[in-house]
Amino acid sequence: MSLPSTQFTKSSEHRNHVRESTGDRLFLILIYSSLTAIGIAVVYPMIYIISSSLSSGAAVIDGKVWLWPVHFTLDGYSAVFRYNTVLPGLWHSIIYSVGGTLLTVILTLLMAYPLSVRDLVGRKIFVWLLLFALMFNGGLIPFYIVVQDLGMLNTIWSQIVPFALNVFLIILAKTFFQASVPQALREAAEIDGASDFGFFMRIVIPISKPIIAVIALLTMVTDWNSYFPALIFLNSTSLYPLIMVLRSILEFNNVSMGGFGFMSTLSPQELIYYQNVATLLKYSLIVIGSIPMVALYPLAQRYFVKGVMIGSLKD
Amino acid sequence: MGIPINAVNASNEVSIGAGIRRKSLAKRIIRHWQLYAMISLPLAFLAIFNYWPMLGIQIAFRMYNPVGGIWHSPWIGMQEMQFWLQSPYFWPTLDNTLTIGVYSLIIGTIASIVLAIALNEVKHLWFKKTIQTITYIPYFVSAVVLVGMMQILLAPSASPLAGLFHLFGVSNVPDWMSSPGAFSSLYVWSGVWQTTGYGAVIYLAALSNVNPELYDAARIDGASRFQRILNIDWQGIKPTVIVLVILAIGGLLNAASLEEVFLMQNPLNMSTSQVISTYTYQVGLVDANFSFATAVGLFNSVIGFILLVIANIVARYVSDTSLF
Repeated sequence: MSLPSTQFTKSSEHRNHVRESTGDRLFLILIYSSLTAIGIAVVYPMIYIISSSLSSGAAVIDGKVWLWPVHFTLDGYSAVFRYNTVLPGLWHSIIYSVGGTLLTVILTLLMAYPLSVRDLVGRKIFVWLLLFALMFNGGLIPFYIVVQDLGMLNTIWSQIVPFALNVFLIILAKTFFQASVPQALREAAEIDGASDFGFFMRIVIPISKPIIAVIALLTMVTDWNSYFPALIFLNSTSLYPLIMVLRSILEFNNVSMGGFGFMSTLSPQELIYYQNVATLLKYSLIVIGSIPMVALYPLAQRYFVKGVMIGSLKD
Repeated sequence: MGIPINAVNASNEVSIGAGIRRKSLAKRIIRHWQLYAMISLPLAFLAIFNYWPMLGIQIAFRMYNPVGGIWHSPWIGMQEMQFWLQSPYFWPTLDNTLTIGVYSLIIGTIASIVLAIALNEVKHLWFKKTIQTITYIPYFVSAVVLVGMMQILLAPSASPLAGLFHLFGVSNVPDWMSSPGAFSSLYVWSGVWQTTGYGAVIYLAALSNVNPELYDAARIDGASRFQRILNIDWQGIKPTVIVLVILAIGGLLNAASLEEVFLMQNPLNMSTSQVISTYTYQVGLVDANFSFATAVGLFNSVIGFILLVIANIVARYVSDTSLF
């Protein structure tokens, strides 16, 4: 455990001079115990789902699981990969979120950097076009008609292209560039004969790693987790991302026998297996679907706070 | 920092004659041609996916048919908009939208502030980090998973909720997920579970900017811990709170997360769970009534725009901070 900052040492110094009153100490105990209670309340639902996913279907149905797995088994997880829509869904989710993130990062940087250059003619107009788009939009149906007119309905492009431009992220990146790319440096490079694009690639991009990380992480989490693009733009289930597979299983409790490759008549063993995993599938799928994004957490923790700080800087 | 530079540029331009200035303007544009080349791709996206749909708004005033499209369907004027404003669904839907928005704004803001202030009082770093990590994780979970978890945890039988009721000897467990009266609370408190840790980050950042000497001075003056929170911490984050709340009021009509509300809807709770965005989806893409759905969406956009502009003016007036 790394020991706390100067603030801590300061206050412990003062403790010698000013004794904490009983009321203060009680209040501190109240804070610690409330935070512990909050922590438990937040973590419990997650533990419950994970434990259920590792229990037998019967134990889950009977409500025997309340904290730890009962009749530990990995059947739920083997069922995930046996179920026929899961792997294609996983593959589509990876394509959509990686492709979408890449495109968003490129668009954001290409727009944010020029807008941070103060003597760009028309800069104000571009910024206003962005802000107006943030405040007013055509609504769902006109947006849908545009995507339809572009011929993107029922294609993977509908999952990557229409939502790629994110005005909020562009403003965030522009604020970052304005704060950390000195105008004098750019002008000096210009005098030395560097082109705008050369300066952008060689100087701006390398010093912008934190903001690129923030943009990529925020976009990746949103793209992976949102099902709305698939709901409105995909008619056929064959292009569904994992989140839509999960939705159909959770919302309609729809685990088909055919999904496991069973025929309409099941042997007794198959029936027992099916009844077991039909219950477990939703639990294990929740865990599998959430792990990739939760795994980003350590990265996110490093960069999100920075992102929030940049966002709160004044333009 | 940038303002003086701008000012110098501006005054230079004014002093030079108009003809020369036009020439230098052209020069300045050519000198940065690469920047315009860079910006052209995102601008194309902005034009296609943000501004082209705005042209499509005209179908709110046309009788849309796929053959005529947005340009050649016959005009019908304000008919669809009037139909929406006089619809029996108008007030309930607006009411639900605002109720959910205001309720979650109030509770969500308070929760984030309280968590941030409490974490700020914690002196054991490992404890602080543990609680912060735990409360932050739900932010990474999708709406589908969130609602799925609610359905599992709050089911009337064989669930932790049922277990809790049985523990207190109640055998009649309510089915909250299908209850109209419980909808807004379920939505708001599940939102608290998901976003409080994330929301606290910005307040923690504001708290870390508070001068530590203030605490020492207050302690020597005999202020209690609670008084220190009230007079130092709260004063320190108040400007941030004001700005965030005002801007959130501007976005109130769109505050309800369409993805989550849509998943929580069922025929039994529809009387309290139908909000403008889900209604637009319903009449537009399910019932395929494009003109009417566009009129409903336009109503939402216009009111939202007005709210945002007012909120911004107030924010600028109150605290010198604004979105634009």
